[in-house]
Amino acid sequence: MKINIPHIAKLANLEITRDQEEVFEKQLSEVLTHIEKLHEVDTTGVHETSQVTGLENIEREDKTTDSFTQEEALSQTKNATNGSFVVKGIFENE
Amino acid sequence: MNNFTNLTIKTAREKLDKKEFSSVELTKYYLEQIKKHNDRLNAFITITEHEALTMAEKADEKIHNGESTPLLGIPLALKDIYVTKGIKTTAASKVLENYVGHYDGTVVKKLKDAGVVILGKTNLDAWAHGSSGENSDFGPTKNPYNTDYVPGGSSSGSPTAVAADMALAASGTDTGGSIRLPASFCNVVGLKPTYGRVSRYGVIAMASSLDSIGHFTKTVEDNALYLQASAGGDPMDATTPPVAVPDYSEKLDHGVKGLKIGVPKEYFIEGLDPKVRELTEKALSWYQSQGAKLVEVSLPHTKYAIEVYYIIQTAEVSSNLARYTGVRYGDERSVFGDEAKRRIMLGTYVLSAGYYDAFYKKAMQVRTLLIKDVKDAFEKVDVMITPASPTLPWKLGEKTTDPLSMYLSDIFTVHANLVGIPGLSVPIGFVDGLPVGMQILGPHFKEDLLYQVGNAFEKEHPFWMERPVL
Repeated sequence: MKINIPHIAKLANLEITRDQEEVFEKQLSEVLTHIEKLHEVDTTGVHETSQVTGLENIEREDKTTDSFTQEEALSQTKNATNGSFVVKGIFENE
Repeated sequence: MNNFTNLTIKTAREKLDKKEFSSVELTKYYLEQIKKHNDRLNAFITITEHEALTMAEKADEKIHNGESTPLLGIPLALKDIYVTKGIKTTAASKVLENYVGHYDGTVVKKLKDAGVVILGKTNLDAWAHGSSGENSDFGPTKNPYNTDYVPGGSSSGSPTAVAADMALAASGTDTGGSIRLPASFCNVVGLKPTYGRVSRYGVIAMASSLDSIGHFTKTVEDNALYLQASAGGDPMDATTPPVAVPDYSEKLDHGVKGLKIGVPKEYFIEGLDPKVRELTEKALSWYQSQGAKLVEVSLPHTKYAIEVYYIIQTAEVSSNLARYTGVRYGDERSVFGDEAKRRIMLGTYVLSAGYYDAFYKKAMQVRTLLIKDVKDAFEKVDVMITPASPTLPWKLGEKTTDPLSMYLSDIFTVHANLVGIPGLSVPIGFVDGLPVGMQILGPHFKEDLLYQVGNAFEKEHPFWMERPVL
């Protein structure tokens, strides 16, 4: 089982160097080959589980409570201006 | 100075109440121990000496005024993945090297309300990714019983701190064995509670459908006292169900007579270290001699648990770590260590178009079969007992370049996370000076039963008193 590291790295927003690419490809392909063993299990008609204690629809009253101040929210960023976070532009040339 | 080596939460409480020593004196002892051993063991990332002494002074004041609650004035350590107000929380990753939270997570708040003293934040595999403690960006933790060996992970610093007498108890998280495995490697008691029994709010998320918030102590009864403070519903975590919190100490001395103990045959397989097997079977025979009935059970899909785990876990990791972009807090994604990168990529792969059905959906279906296996087994038995780890602790560096072999060391523990049941790791002896633990598994929300079974063994076999020589 081969994994296309540059493609996956792009989807995951990770920068991977050429050297790392080779190591990761070998390691992850090995893990995937192992994981493929799962295909021998017959799961016809078996539903999927994502929640194990049977909980559903937990509700609470929709009311506002105290939260972080703007100052607190911004205190851990390296890049803030005018009380806001600075993010990269989404559209090029704008 | 007093000799506090064999102190437990329980005995410390009695002595604090009798004023044999103060919480400040106790806290100073542990701070001294940390200073003495941390260079060698690397159990702590952050030591909060000033905060600890302030908390101890407050506790002493309350004790002076006649207050006596189980954890009042008890010094403990927190895995550095629990967010703490005003104190750094790094997740042992350079990405969060300078991150200081503005709030306490629910468990931290509950512990503070219970009057504990927080000594510092303990080392871990970065983001809780690992089974040995070696993936920490702040260097590996060493096993206190032999510093050439790993203490187990991902909660590596916490059990080391408890074993090496650098704290009376310590918190952990268990997503695939990260409490039970290191507990067994460090001769301490470790609980992975039922999924949702303890709030995850304010604990940095690894894999959200698996993460369980537990802890390490020297003894089973101490473990029950800690859970009493941490368990319960929380409006901030919608997966904590409205199930009543029982008195976890009530059944401690009920013994095991008449209990049915399941022995899942799929856990006693080739690849299990014969010496680990021998000690586990010895423990099982002891239970039998005390009037428990041993019943062989089968969990037919066990051999697929690790595969299911490494699909679901990495998928959830890739999603949870997507938020670390360096915009609001922390450093950029390029700072992630190799193991985080591996897991993010594996998770991204199994969720990506064309592979979702073959991997992720398939894993969620086999998870249903794993749940059914366990449900069927608990129709026949009260608890199940297995080794906590297939092997003894291994040498530092032995598995660091081979992720697959590292992943396979969780083979006996991931099952409980996929099914959501509680598991308790209890010491059962030593092989060549290295600790071995058994894992007691029970039905959802039956932590009190695990304590009952674990305490019976520990009372007759107090391995916790065999302290490491440092």
